[in-house]
Amino acid sequence: MGHMQTLSRRAFVFGSAAVAGGIAFGAYSRAEAAAPSADGNPLAAGLGPNSVTFNPWVEISPDRITLIAQHADIGQGVGSVQPIMIAEEMDLDPGQFEIRFAEPSPAYFNTGFADEFAPFVAADQSPAAEEARAATLEWLRKSGLQMTGGSSTIPDTYHKLRVAGAVARETLKAAAAKRSGVAMADLRTQSGHVILPNGTKIAYVALAAEASKIPPVLDAQPRDPSSWRMLGKPMMRLDVRAKVMGELKFGIDLKTDGMLYASVKLNPGKGQPLKSYDASKAQSMPGVKKILEIKNGVAVIATNSWYAMKAADAIACEWAPSAYPAEQADHWKVLESSFKPEFLGKEWKKIGDIEGGLKTGKLVEAEYRAPYVAHQPLEPLNGIGLVTDKGMEIWVGHQSPRFVQWVAATAIGLKPEQVTFHNQWTGGSFGHRLEYENVRVLAEIANQMKGTPIKLVFSREEDFLQDIPRQIAIARHRGSIDKGKILAADLQLASTTPLKGLLERSGTPSKDPDGQLAAGLWNVYYDIPNFRATSYEAQGLSPSTTWRSVGASTSGFFTESFIDELIHAAGLDPMKARIAMCTVPHYRKVLETVAEMSDWKGPLGNGRGRGVAFVESFGTPVAEVVEVTATDRGIRIDRVWVAADVGKVIDPVNFENQVQGGVVWGLGHAMNCELTYSKGAAQQTNYNHHEAMRIYQCPVIEVRGLENDPKVRGVGEPPVPPAAPALANAIFAATGKRIREMPFNKFIDFV
Amino acid sequence: MIELTVNGTKRQVDVVPEMPLLWVLRDELGITSAKYGCGVAQCGACTVHIDGKAVRSCQSHIGEVAGKSVVTLEGLHNKDQNPVLQAWIAHQVPQCGYCQTGQIMQAISLLGSIPKPTDEQINQVMSGNLCRCGTYPRIRAAIHAAAANKMAEK
Repeated sequence: MGHMQTLSRRAFVFGSAAVAGGIAFGAYSRAEAAAPSADGNPLAAGLGPNSVTFNPWVEISPDRITLIAQHADIGQGVGSVQPIMIAEEMDLDPGQFEIRFAEPSPAYFNTGFADEFAPFVAADQSPAAEEARAATLEWLRKSGLQMTGGSSTIPDTYHKLRVAGAVARETLKAAAAKRSGVAMADLRTQSGHVILPNGTKIAYVALAAEASKIPPVLDAQPRDPSSWRMLGKPMMRLDVRAKVMGELKFGIDLKTDGMLYASVKLNPGKGQPLKSYDASKAQSMPGVKKILEIKNGVAVIATNSWYAMKAADAIACEWAPSAYPAEQADHWKVLESSFKPEFLGKEWKKIGDIEGGLKTGKLVEAEYRAPYVAHQPLEPLNGIGLVTDKGMEIWVGHQSPRFVQWVAATAIGLKPEQVTFHNQWTGGSFGHRLEYENVRVLAEIANQMKGTPIKLVFSREEDFLQDIPRQIAIARHRGSIDKGKILAADLQLASTTPLKGLLERSGTPSKDPDGQLAAGLWNVYYDIPNFRATSYEAQGLSPSTTWRSVGASTSGFFTESFIDELIHAAGLDPMKARIAMCTVPHYRKVLETVAEMSDWKGPLGNGRGRGVAFVESFGTPVAEVVEVTATDRGIRIDRVWVAADVGKVIDPVNFENQVQGGVVWGLGHAMNCELTYSKGAAQQTNYNHHEAMRIYQCPVIEVRGLENDPKVRGVGEPPVPPAAPALANAIFAATGKRIREMPFNKFIDFV
Repeated sequence: MIELTVNGTKRQVDVVPEMPLLWVLRDELGITSAKYGCGVAQCGACTVHIDGKAVRSCQSHIGEVAGKSVVTLEGLHNKDQNPVLQAWIAHQVPQCGYCQTGQIMQAISLLGSIPKPTDEQINQVMSGNLCRCGTYPRIRAAIHAAAANKMAEK
């Protein structure tokens, strides 16, 4: 993250004192003693009689055990694996506890961002890098940044949730020891009970009152993975059955008494206001209760969502023009003219003599392009809001609970603490639920409808129109080949800034260069003696935001396509050359694994081709091989092999599902998706314009997880960046055609 | 008032006849397994059965559904024994799960007409159902497994 640059310079001030990990344990076990302070255990405040909370993740009352899911579930499975990490240590079985999403609190700050935000590449485990990460962690603790994203859930929670469970278990044992007079060492736990040597079982819930009166056992340690019952083994995600049975309620499925429905029509020139409107037709349409003017559009209040959407559609609006160019061609022109010193983001890395290197041997130059792309999870933006004289209550699925409070409060003149947030299971995100379009307008609408709960649902078309897209980017890469080797690579890109934009809209603007523009650009682990990576930040274009894998989703394509071009120019085999050039031993192993899985033996011939790509993003190295056939009806993607090293595979079935899904995401959007502007509005307003992959195009995807990385890593995003370049490289191998711009269907047909 | 049968129960709704069945189910009757995804038959998340056939409920005007029998996932008989639901659970198909109820209703319809579909037949019938999470490999495997279980039952 850009604004961590400033912090990293202070790294040595904080030193390694921060390594302990930022876990607030144990001081809050007694409700009466725990003042609900800003950085304390938020569970203490709401604790009932005879109940106990050991830390912000475990709550036990006489009738139930509740485990808190700190990170939002956006389909990636963390609503399951977070409580299971606690349950593993507590000797609880699925079904013996309830899961609740965390409320907004700095206690839930994300330790997992420490690695991504510190300005060192992931493979750098040097003392200086680790000190910077420790300092970053201290900054995260102080800022209380509560956010799901950056594939950070497992890195954040792997240690702290197991410790949270261990503290709970040992404290319950201590309570049982006190009650029974048996030494703690003679007690064990199983299936939600403390078990005495004589076989007597005491349920945890029966120990809650006593556990609240003793000091918690703070030195409890998580167990060695070799003793795990559930983690690391094929296990059933806790949400699967409810989802299959149609019983799980997503945010959009909620209903409250007295609720009215709302839909909106907003200025498609993102962020700009409404000038005037004519609702005369809409006013008399069925079910319409009220038409409201809000800052950037109009809202219809009706007796159901469909009536509201139909009426919103019938309102004629005059909009203030967009602040960015009205036409797409001008967006590209701005990017083309952004490779100038005044737009410099940062020179992220410089090794050797880049100009000298480029003058030696054979020069290779190429320009690559990546368009804006929409997120469009299948559950459209929605939410329920209720504003009263006391404040606002909001039910919405979101990845940043504290920022939701800030955005909603700011929209209607409240203080953030006056906004009560209830997180929801969400039907996907891919970065969409880090933004606030629904939150802000829902606050405005509910504020005008004080006392009435309002359920807002965006139409799919409105969701597309308001989708703050993935960054748009152009790369101008140069390199040289000499004596069968890559001698120099000068990687430059101009792009809009996804993370800076998000931070600004979250109320925490940063002036530092956008660190996501370095992702996939500077963390290149090939032995190239003369290397430079530079980002330029284009100004005045569409707001952009984080889209599954963020900066690496575009830079991964640019870098790994260009490396492929250099390798081919050098007359080398794309796989063997990457393995030979890879400087990090366990990253090389990832490439060797995917070579072995795919039985890589060089060119296939007969219209078939294979491409390989390797990208480390969010600390997780991933290598993919894509195999295609050029048929009469276009390119058919036959098979994909993926190897990813996450240090430890915690939830193997879900791991495979996530990796396969990441590949489908990466391939599908590279094939046929872009968001373009005309008259200031996105031209794609439903899935027929922005289709991505359907099942008939889905290849067989074989996945292998490796566990050689010294740290435990996430996998929600890292499988995405290698997919597009591996596909482009495969198409080149099959057809001789080098595609340098996404989406690829502008240049080639797919079956 | 428009009368229809939903999951075996007669229901009456007081809405305009152009209102899509999807929104009647969700907002008027509180039946939420049918999901709103696109509103234009591009995603399949709203798939239900009308008189035994899989249809996109976002495209079925309630006026035309009057008198017909609608079955949503909630109304499937003997859900715990249903081979498609069982296979979906065993293969842990869902990620976010939002499209899956529609996928399942489409898959049940597929297996009703083609008891042992090939990959090609699965592609043909299931390609109208989008999954943004990319669970297609598992959907395919679950349909094959459900087909095998169904055959074994016979």
